[in-house]
Order: sequence, then C-alpha cells, then structure tokens
Amino acid sequence: MTGARVLDTIRDRWYVVIPVAVVVGGVLIPLVYLLLRAFQADPATLWDLVVRGRTLRLLGNTVGLTVGVLVGTSVLALPLAWLTTRTALLGRRLLTLLGVLPLAVPGYVMAYALMATTGEYGTLAQTLGLVVPRLSGYVGAWIALSLSTFPYLFLNLRTAFLGLDPSLEESAQALGRGRWRVFVQVVLPQLRPAFLSGGLLVALHVLGDFGVVSLMRYDTFSYALYIQYAASYDRIYAACLALMLLVLTGAILLLEARLLKGLLFHRTESGAGRTAAQYRLGPWRWAGYAFAAGVAGLSVLLPAGTVGYWMADSTASGLPWASLGAALWDSVSASAPAAVLAALLALPVAYLGVRHPSNWTRVVERVAYLGYATPPLAFALALIVFSLGAVPFAYQTLGLLVMAYALHFMAEAVGPVRSALYQAPPHLEEAARSLGRSPLGAFVSVTFPLVRRGLLVSMAFVFLSAMKELPLTFLLAPIGFETLALNTWSYAEEAMFGQAAPYALTIMFVSALFVGVLLLRERATEHPASAERA
Amino acid sequence: MSSPILSVQNLTKRFGPAASPVVHEVSFEVEDGEIFSILGPSGCGKTTTLRCVAGFEEASAGTIAVRDQTLSGPGVHVSPDARDVGIVFQNYALFPHLTVRENVAFGLNGASDAERTARAQEALEMVGLEGFEDRRPQHLSGGQQQRVALARTLAPEPDLLLLDEPFSNLDALLRQETRQEVRELLKSKGMSAVFVTHNQEEALSFADRLAVMRGGQLDQIGTPEEVYYQPRTLFVAQFLGRTNLLLSQAAGPEAETPLGRVGLNEPAEGTVLVSMRPEHLALEAPETSEGTVGTVVGRAFKGHDITYRVCCEGSEYLVHTDNRQFHEPGDTVAVRPLEPAVVLESRSTPAEVPSGATPEPEPEE
Repeated sequence: MTGARVLDTIRDRWYVVIPVAVVVGGVLIPLVYLLLRAFQADPATLWDLVVRGRTLRLLGNTVGLTVGVLVGTSVLALPLAWLTTRTALLGRRLLTLLGVLPLAVPGYVMAYALMATTGEYGTLAQTLGLVVPRLSGYVGAWIALSLSTFPYLFLNLRTAFLGLDPSLEESAQALGRGRWRVFVQVVLPQLRPAFLSGGLLVALHVLGDFGVVSLMRYDTFSYALYIQYAASYDRIYAACLALMLLVLTGAILLLEARLLKGLLFHRTESGAGRTAAQYRLGPWRWAGYAFAAGVAGLSVLLPAGTVGYWMADSTASGLPWASLGAALWDSVSASAPAAVLAALLALPVAYLGVRHPSNWTRVVERVAYLGYATPPLAFALALIVFSLGAVPFAYQTLGLLVMAYALHFMAEAVGPVRSALYQAPPHLEEAARSLGRSPLGAFVSVTFPLVRRGLLVSMAFVFLSAMKELPLTFLLAPIGFETLALNTWSYAEEAMFGQAAPYALTIMFVSALFVGVLLLRERATEHPASAERA
Repeated sequence: MSSPILSVQNLTKRFGPAASPVVHEVSFEVEDGEIFSILGPSGCGKTTTLRCVAGFEEASAGTIAVRDQTLSGPGVHVSPDARDVGIVFQNYALFPHLTVRENVAFGLNGASDAERTARAQEALEMVGLEGFEDRRPQHLSGGQQQRVALARTLAPEPDLLLLDEPFSNLDALLRQETRQEVRELLKSKGMSAVFVTHNQEEALSFADRLAVMRGGQLDQIGTPEEVYYQPRTLFVAQFLGRTNLLLSQAAGPEAETPLGRVGLNEPAEGTVLVSMRPEHLALEAPETSEGTVGTVVGRAFKGHDITYRVCCEGSEYLVHTDNRQFHEPGDTVAVRPLEPAVVLESRSTPAEVPSGATPEPEPEE
C-alpha cells in the first residue's frame, strides 16, 4: 500500500486507531522497554544469566508441565466431549455442565483445595485418618492445572463434534471401515483444529500460571520470576526470565499457527441440517457415567467440599467479615472499570472486523489477543519496569492495574460484541443513512442499541475474570490493596487453609457467575435469535 | 418534456484502483413519475449501480444527478443522508429494536413528535398496515415487513425511490399480488423509482422502461415491449425468455432463414443471427402452407396456450399456438413466421451459435 492509501484507510477507519494504539502501545511498549533494559546489562553478565544450568532446568520444567497438562486435559476432555455429543447417554446436558463447571475453580483455588485435602493436617487425614503426602511439585501442579483448564479443550472439542459432517463418517463406514477405525481415521483428524485451538488456550494458561506453581513450589519460569521478585529483586535477571517466558510463548503461538495452517480450509459445506447418529452404549454406559462422575468429583466436588470443610473451621473462629468486605470492594473497584474499558476497546475492533473483513483487519483483530497471550507475570513485570522508568507517577496506582486488566482481558470482550454485530447487519445502518442520519448518528441510533446486550456480556466476562485474576494483581496492586484472589493465595501459601476458605468461597461464587454467563451465551449462539430469520 | 429526475452519465465503479470495473460507463435517465427497472443476472453490477445512486458507494467515474443537482461527479460525493433518495432493501433492513411506528417515523427528522406520529400513521395507512403500529418487525409476516419497509422509505417523501430486489423474499403467490399493489401505489403517488431485479417477468410487468445489464454494461434500454420484441443482442433476446435463433443470409429488408424467406426489422447484409419469438411463429397444414415443413417432436400444454417443439432440417424450434390447435408428436406441420425477424447485433453474437430454440433462461436464486 502506498502512503496515500494508508492515510485514506486511516481516515475511513479512524475509530480503530485509538483502541489499536492503546493496545499495541500498552502491551508492546512496556515489553520493548523491558527488552531494552535487559540489554543495558553487560553482555557477559547477560550471557552468564541466560546460559546456565538453571535456565535449562526451568525450560525443561516449564515445557514438561505444559506437555503434561496438555495430555492430562486431553484425557479428561476428549471422552467427556464424545460422551456429551455422540452418545445417547441420559443426562448429557448435566454432563456438559460438568465439563464447564471447573471454570468456576481457578487454578490457585484448585491448588489450594488439593493442598488442603492431602498431607498430615489435610481434610483426608482429619476426616478419614488417611494420611497421604501433601501434593506439591510437578505432580501437584500437573493435577491442579489439568483439572482447572480442561474445560477450554472440552468446549472446543464439543463444538467440533457437533459440527462434524455425518456424511463423512457414513461414507467411511460404507467403504467398509469399522467404527473404531472410522473414529481414528476420520473423526480424530477432523478434530485437529479444535485440539489445536483448545490446546493453545490450555498451554497459554500453563505458561501464564503463577498461582498453581507458586503454591505447589514447582520451579518453572513463572515461579522463578516470582522468587526473583519476592525475595532477591534482581531486576536484570527477572527481565531475562520474563523475556525467556515471552520467547517460549511466542514459539508456542508460532507452532500452533504452523500446525493449524491449511487445516481450517478443508471444511466443506457444514452438515448443519443433520446431526450425526448417536451411539447407544449398552452396558458400557455405566463406564461412561463412572468416568463423568470421577471427573466431576475431582474437579468440582473436591474443591467445593474442601472449601466447605475449612469454611466450617473458619466459621467456628468467627468469619472475618470486615476484611472480606474490604477485599470484595478492592476487587470490584479494579474489575468494574477494567470491564468498561475493555468493552470500549473491543467495540471498534470488533466493528472493523465484522464490517470490513480483510487481511489487515484480521491483523487488527489479532491485536486484541496480544495482551491475552502475553504471560501476565511477564506483562506485569514489564509494566512495573516501564512505569518506574518512564511514568513514575503511574507506578502502583489503581489506574495501571485497571489498564493491565483491560489489556489482558480485552480478547474476552471481543467475542460477544462480534456476535452481537452480526445481529446488526450493515443494511440497517445504510437504511438509517438514507433516512437522513450521519454515519455516527446511524451507528448510535441503530447499531448501538442492537449491540448493547453483547457489550454487557463482554463487560460481565471481563469483570468476572478480573475478579479472580491473581498474577497481575499480585505485582501491580497498589500498596495495601488486598483483593479476594490475593487473600486466598497468600493464606493458602502459608497453609492457613481455614483463613483462606472464605475468600476462596467468594472467588468460586464469582467464577460460578462467569460460568453462568458463558452458558447463557453458548445457548444463545446455539439457538440464534429468531429475529434474524423472521 | 421536463428534465429527467435522475440522470446517470458514464457511471463507472471499480473496487480498488487495479480492479476491473464492476459497473462500466453506464448511462440512463429516469423521467418524473417513471418506474425504471435494471434487469440482469446476479453479479452484473445492477445492485452496485443502485448503491452508487443511493450514495453508499462512491462512483469511480461519471456523474449522477437528481433534479439537476449533481450528487456524484468529479470531486463531488454527497453522502447518503444528504440525498433525497429512499431505498428499500432486499431484506427490508427493518430496525429490530424499534416498533413498526418508530421504524416508519425514523426518517422524519426535524418534525415535532406529534407530526412524526401523524405522518408515520399516514404512511402506514397508505400501505394498509394500520393496527400494526406497536408490533416489532420480527413479529410480522414477510409481506407485512415489506410494506413497513416501503412505508418507512416513502414517509419522508423522497424525490426518488430505489428498490433492490424488493419482492425476491416473498413467496410466488404473494409476490405477484404485492408487485401489483406497489405499482399502483407508486403510480398514484406519482413516485419515480429505480428497481433492480434478476427476474425478467418482474421487470417486464413492473417497469415503465427497463435496462438490461450484463457484465457491468447496459445492453439495451427501452419499454418492456421494445426490449422483449426488438432485442438488440443475443443476450437480451435470451435473458427475457425463450426464443428461436436463426442463422440467416440477409439482403436488405429480407433474409434467407432456415424457416424460409423472412422480413427483417431493420435492413442488414451478409450472415446475421436473427431472433424470432415462439409466439411469432404459426403452425399450418403442410399441404396448404408455404411455410417450412417439419415434424412435431414435443408438446407442452399450458392451459391458455400450447408450446410445440418442431424439428425442421435437424434443428428444433419453439412455436406458441392457442389451445385450439392440436397436433400429436410425429405429425408433419408447416412453420410460418408471422412477424419480421429481429436482427441481433453481430458484436455480441458468436458466429457458431446454432439455429434453433434457446434453452430455458438459467434459473436463479
């Protein structure tokens, strides 16, 4: 494109310039700043910091945990997705709910629950007299992360199962393949895009996780970063760790894009009119129920039960109402403005993507995911270094925290606005234009009322996500700012399970609301509003 | 004659500087009170032409003027809201969050609330929708939504009405009825309208004049009768219904055709392709007629008339007759032309087109 053309495009699409500038600036500038600061160090020192056995161990541990969790979540999500879509099992709706409900248990709450269940003073020991070693390290982190992140994969696989064209399977069967071979040779390959996108979400969560690895004390990049920050604050080394984590994340994003390339274009006309045949499991259905019950027991009942048990313990010694209220207020006061800001940033980006789809608008849409993919600990560290160096007045302010939340969670806000915009086709705005409204007037009087609901859903998503967010809050919260998440984590970190319980319970309640919004939205997308057709 | 209400001169539209034009040097005029139709297959550029007139697309070249006021031209682009042009979309584009009354009142800017309500009411009565004011559009039938859309567009009393395939979302029965009603309404209000369609029957029955568009250009402009009976090009002849093509040797006012010597609508010389509509051929008894002898190979009874397929010297021809003539397949008949044949422009006529009946126009939608 020539310079003049770029200027023309910017003139026509002025409304995305601000959010794109905010997101790109907000995410990239601190990261670049971090990079520059790290390279200010003496190259020899830098080399020593990076090239040493510890780095290799951290890399091995981080990759090992990511791969382990990918395997763990697949083992949980694939059978459950298959059971809820392709079998005639009774209560499939309930099973679907069970596959989503673990989203109500953030990783650090799950880790807390696992720690509070096992060990000498754990729930198992106290109620059943069963003493198992307290979970920690790789195994503890692996279980906690697998149980809390498998819904991301489950949702993707479920959608893919529902979208499969049954005629492909039928053709394979007609060509003489048995059921099992049809599954392996025809169904599984078609699930690859869903595996990749769900797996990417899981991997990003593992890389960005801070709560679980810090509670389980498992030595990954995030944990090392936390130790650097909390104990011996070596700025250069912390920056190096953050950059290495970023490189690892970038490598995984590239790998995913590479693997996904070409896969999505193979879909022919979707078999929308017809759903695939559902298998009757016969006596095997009990195995299905047992599996689902096992997953639900570990991922939902265990944390709920544990928190309930310790809650009783906490109630006995009097609930800390005042500090609970203060924590709730702190959480809300940061999350609510972040939700509004994220939705406002998402609206123009989604508008551009829906109304003017092209290669470069897709790039703009990707920008929304920049903050989401950046590991929060590294992002927070970059923001700290940047604010200390360049904008000291912003350091440790609520504004910076709100900004960080909004940039990190903006991706969650784009989706609902996007689908709402599809309900407001461009012809409506054109009709308003030909009836005498200016471009902005047409948007305000026609499109905005139609996307209002979508915006509210966006805000709900961001609000509820920010309420349970831990690493950004941990590094960026103003002094004395104690959110629900911070309280849960710090009490759990000191094995004060009773004290942590009220905060964990509140977090689970907030997260359950998140799941509720998610399910409402899923249902709305499965049955698109009749308004569109009628 | 007064000056035209809409004048489009050499309109060209390309999406991107290097792209080939979607609309290429299109010129036409619409008289005051006239219903003008642009007819063409999908992708021919007719909707883009309409959107240029409405102002949603910026013309790449050429001018568009309404009542002598230039709306699009070199350095001029009046935005859609500043044009006194109303448009009815194919999908009606009714605002789902507003009631029927609010939809219709939407374009009545600058009036008091009471006046807006009164004028909206008036527009709704005009289309026969009183009693539906407080409903939401999605709770109306397709035909009712169509009328709301029309009322909404007519309420601000635009100079010119644009209609983009407005009947294509209605089922066949409702479509004919609605078409009739809308035409009567527009005529009674003296509205000028440009109407875009791919349905030849719709264009022929709805328009006062029509333009046939193909590949971004207008092939022919004229009254429905002119365009139907005097097609200028092979494309127009075929697009407006089935016809018989005859590869002929012309000599002045007459030509030697596979169906004998026939008068021409205009003098020509040499090898020409001529068109002869099935209703311009007659079947006669071979013994008494001087027409070309052939064999009946097929018969389609349509109630009010009959279409015969007749084979003459290896080519098949279509002949419409009234339903009193009766032949069986296998009968020997004579085919005699009743009217002069129409010479098709050679520029757009492939020389290898065989004589005989043209196939059914491609079904669309």
